Amino acid sequence: MVTKGKLEMEKMVVVEGSYAVAHAVKVCRPNVISAYPITPQTHIVEGLSQFIADGEIQNCEYINVESEFSALSALVGSSAVGARCYSATTSQGLELMHEVLFNVSGMRMPIVMTVVNRAVSAPINIWNDHQDAISQRDTGWIQLYAEDLQEAADMTAQAFKIAEDEEVLMPVMVCMDGFILSHVYEPVVLLEQELTDEYLPTYKPLNILDPKKPMSFGTLADPNYYTEFRYLQQKAMENALKKIEDAANEFYDMFGRYYGGLTDKYQTGDADIILVAMGSIVGTIKDTIDKLRQKGVKVGLLKVRSFRPFPAEAIKEAIKDAKVVAVLDKNISLGLNEGALFTEIKSCLYNTENRVPVVGYMIGHGGRDIRMSTIENIISEAQEVMESGIRKESQFTDVREEIL
Amino acid sequence: MKHLLVSGHRGCAGCCDAMATKFTLMGAGEDCIVVSPTGCLEVMTTPFPETSWNVPWIHSLFENAAAVASGIEAALKAMGKKGNTKVVAIGGDGATMDIGLQAISGAFERGHDFTYVCIDNEAYMNTGVQRSSGTPFNASTTTSPAGKVSFGNQRPKKNMPAIIAAHGSPYVATTSLAYGKDMIAKVKKATETPGPTYVHCHAPCTTGWGFDTSKTVEVARMAVKTGLWPLFEMENGEITKVRKIGTPSPVEDYLKMQSRFKHLFSKEGGAEEIAKIQAIADKNIEQYGL
Repeated sequence: MVTKGKLEMEKMVVVEGSYAVAHAVKVCRPNVISAYPITPQTHIVEGLSQFIADGEIQNCEYINVESEFSALSALVGSSAVGARCYSATTSQGLELMHEVLFNVSGMRMPIVMTVVNRAVSAPINIWNDHQDAISQRDTGWIQLYAEDLQEAADMTAQAFKIAEDEEVLMPVMVCMDGFILSHVYEPVVLLEQELTDEYLPTYKPLNILDPKKPMSFGTLADPNYYTEFRYLQQKAMENALKKIEDAANEFYDMFGRYYGGLTDKYQTGDADIILVAMGSIVGTIKDTIDKLRQKGVKVGLLKVRSFRPFPAEAIKEAIKDAKVVAVLDKNISLGLNEGALFTEIKSCLYNTENRVPVVGYMIGHGGRDIRMSTIENIISEAQEVMESGIRKESQFTDVREEIL
Repeated sequence: MKHLLVSGHRGCAGCCDAMATKFTLMGAGEDCIVVSPTGCLEVMTTPFPETSWNVPWIHSLFENAAAVASGIEAALKAMGKKGNTKVVAIGGDGATMDIGLQAISGAFERGHDFTYVCIDNEAYMNTGVQRSSGTPFNASTTTSPAGKVSFGNQRPKKNMPAIIAAHGSPYVATTSLAYGKDMIAKVKKATETPGPTYVHCHAPCTTGWGFDTSKTVEVARMAVKTGLWPLFEMENGEITKVRKIGTPSPVEDYLKMQSRFKHLFSKEGGAEEIAKIQAIADKNIEQYGL
């Protein structure tokens, strides 16, 4: 995080990550919150429910739905009449929403949803990885990944701004790591209401369901029209590339905090080895880099904030001088043996001059602890790749061979 | 009167959906927002860039119309825009009694101020007459066909009005396409009653049931006259009004109008099966005091 001067210590409070996010949602002034409880998302929706019970969110209805499917479906109706809409979920809940996710994006509804990332069943596991959100990659949602509590909260306001932009009008998932961020207490600055009002003006929808001016939403598009709807969704994603940067820059101007736009770079300037990752693992990697830099290892980090839209140009630019790139993914495409970020980074380099070797590590599945020593091993293997080429292109990390 | 569902849509001649929707909108009035789940009605009225709707209308998915309606109602309340605007969901029997039942249960339990209208044509007509939980006993459909060892669907219709009433709905009514004024009045009453209300319309489908396109209303009327489709109103769980049918017509008069029941008249053992259907009608007549 870059700050204008020092973080204002007197403004900092020690809160749980979920509270910081719930508070951020509150100051974004949503009209409808619709959610179904699921670990580890619950503390966010409990926090919001308490704000409602205490009358702290004006002009807002909280819908206690009977499933995640209905949580997002209700927001389809709410968004269609012009409400600013919020939900939160994770894992199984997100997978249950799958069909609705496509629908929300296709209807161009700027709904914001926190995804508290968690592994997917079976076996059932409530701990963190990114398989839930990554599995929704092609549903047409913008996906942003937060590194820490402050970013998860601040990203919420940025998400509404990006989603509601008339050149975007796409839903946004704000992804934060389950437990690692949602249940951790840390000092943060809670978003100020006045500043947030200035940053995020009242939502003014282009089209709404209104008896005075009847319109039809969600109509049937036959082969003569369907392609154009899909094309325009893609265009909106492309527009979002710039809007995500703009939202981060404007946030910095107003609040004095900056985490990168589409991506962020750490010690990449002279780095031979560049690690690429998303989410809270970034903090562990930065600490490891600090340690190894003292030993003279030229290693840096590219943090990816926006997985969708995929920031291919920013990534290509950031790794152009690297001698090896190691991508860390908290997910796997079974049968391909690769994490999604790894596959896509390789893909975006294919038709370029840059022949930098890229290796992939699938790591932290189902909440498996990620230690600095593991990151150090990855970096040392990357050094070997630099010297003698790729031996293993993509691999699981920390597999306990003894229990297989 | 301004037509709220205009002509030129792509429904079949004699389409039950178009009739039921017209009656619904005549009851609900202009100041309403309609939600349709996936189905014939959605497909035939909104081929982009055309629409037949003169009221605001939204289709999201097959199983979520009640949830979408609840979100509309909640948002209008939150933004201080509810006023007298009625929120009306109009869904088929599959969307209502099968795949959408959970969302309906949730929306009724939460007490949203909206009306759900089920147009029950007793099978999945949009996909080609597959069995639903609204399909009546012994009807032949493409997934419950009559055959050498089968008389068709072997389960009775799910009692959807009773399920809704069990949620504490203040107003539940059954209607028929043969009684248009009755349906308009019931929809009006449903939409004017605060809270979640329900109207279940028996809606003969010319293609799915197998009758001439000019006979939709006649078939609907015969279902009522036999006692197979009782017309009633329930307020707060109690039946408050029932349409009397006088001397009931035998169920054969209804069954023989439709090819989905023709096996009952040609297959050995058909008479016993018809007697079972007569018993269903007799039970209705007794239970509802038709």
